[in-house]
Amino acid sequence: MQNKIIHWFKYGSPQSFYPLAGKMLPWFVTLAVIFGSAGLWLGFFVAPTDAVQGEGYRIIFVHVAASWMSMFLYLVMAFWAGLGLALNTRLSSMMASAVAPTGALMAFISLWTGALWGKPMWGTWWVWDARLTSELILLFLYLGFLALQAAIDEPRRADKAGAILALVGVVNVPIIYFSVTWWNTLHQGASVSLTKSPSMAVTMLWGMLLMALCFWMYSIAMTLMRVRVIILERERTSEWVKHAVA
Amino acid sequence: MRPGTPGILWTVVRRDLLLALRRKSEVLTSLFFFVIVVSLFPLGIGPEMSLLRIIAPGVLWVAALLAAMLSLNRLFATDHADGTLEQMLLAPAPLGLLVTGKIIAHWLVAGLPLVLIAPLLGLQYDLAPHALGVLMLSLLIGTPLLSLLGAIGAALTLGVRGGGVLLSLLTLPLYIPALIFGAGAVEADISGLGATGHLSLLAALLALSAFFAPWAATAALRVALE
Repeated sequence: MQNKIIHWFKYGSPQSFYPLAGKMLPWFVTLAVIFGSAGLWLGFFVAPTDAVQGEGYRIIFVHVAASWMSMFLYLVMAFWAGLGLALNTRLSSMMASAVAPTGALMAFISLWTGALWGKPMWGTWWVWDARLTSELILLFLYLGFLALQAAIDEPRRADKAGAILALVGVVNVPIIYFSVTWWNTLHQGASVSLTKSPSMAVTMLWGMLLMALCFWMYSIAMTLMRVRVIILERERTSEWVKHAVA
Repeated sequence: MRPGTPGILWTVVRRDLLLALRRKSEVLTSLFFFVIVVSLFPLGIGPEMSLLRIIAPGVLWVAALLAAMLSLNRLFATDHADGTLEQMLLAPAPLGLLVTGKIIAHWLVAGLPLVLIAPLLGLQYDLAPHALGVLMLSLLIGTPLLSLLGAIGAALTLGVRGGGVLLSLLTLPLYIPALIFGAGAVEADISGLGATGHLSLLAALLALSAFFAPWAATAALRVALE
């Protein structure tokens, strides 16, 4: 039993990762559905109505999870991009390209639900709050990455250029965040703040965590699905793809 | 005898300046762009001086951002087109040093004129003399930052389809801290808070990017010329 060694590095090649990703995909989809239904059930039926914000606060279960994922996915994307740049592994760069659209989607959902939440709570669709502004800039960074990769025809150059941009972005994200926070505190007094909201019920916290897990699993599933397509697209001239597709 | 680091830098800067002086219209275009954009705002917003005084730092800085960005295309594109860039890649001098020289030249051509003309435009917005000084100082620290960060974007989009628009999408988000601290310095001075904090942070950003940006731009150039 003990001498069965799994050669993990073999999954670094697109050819062997393609079937592995295919096997993992249904598991992550299932997990996303389970966590999602549990989280939504907690969020909509179990969690108590908020004393201040009424029923409208329930959008938090989608909003917070999406915001967390949008930031986390940028780090994941930069990690894969950096790995691809440093070790020159094709699969890492493909992973970075596969993560980016989901990250942009999460940033967009976060902004969208934030606007929907802001209308009943603050009376306006948009506030130049530090978090909203930095989330918007994060969306711009994702769009820049996607646009740069889309504009370059040669895949390897697109990978490397995208990787440099992602790494520059990762260095800049904290700088942008702190400058925006400071800008915000200088411009407007303490008006609206999410941090000052009343302490959260335990069920609300659980609902948020479950939704975050759901979004996480969803992101992994989508990334795997997308990376499979990218692998097929890039390796279309090779023999194994012809067998795999046939 | 092979030239040392200052010699190499001087050669590149001198060459780029010479080329820019031979094509004066390009230099003047981005300067006039700056002037026109700043002059458009009162026409759109209205001539009330009390309002213009408030928006002046932001308007001047956003216009400087756009003007600096417009001139970025030329940073590497012409050298790429005539093959000079490939020769630079093959040259015995380190590419990073040559890139740094080109960035310095870009700032002298595209950034410094903005700094010099800014007080004149500030007068149109009725800024106080002291605020004008702070504006100049913030632009003096800030425009090299714009050239440095922009060089990364220019190198990444070199020879890429729709490079100009793409360049703005890549660089403008990176310019945000410079805008915040640059315009913030002038605003803080006007409101009597003192601009030292903002200017120090702007200078810290400049130091940080002066170290990292030429390096990243060089890496991006190598990718583009592969």
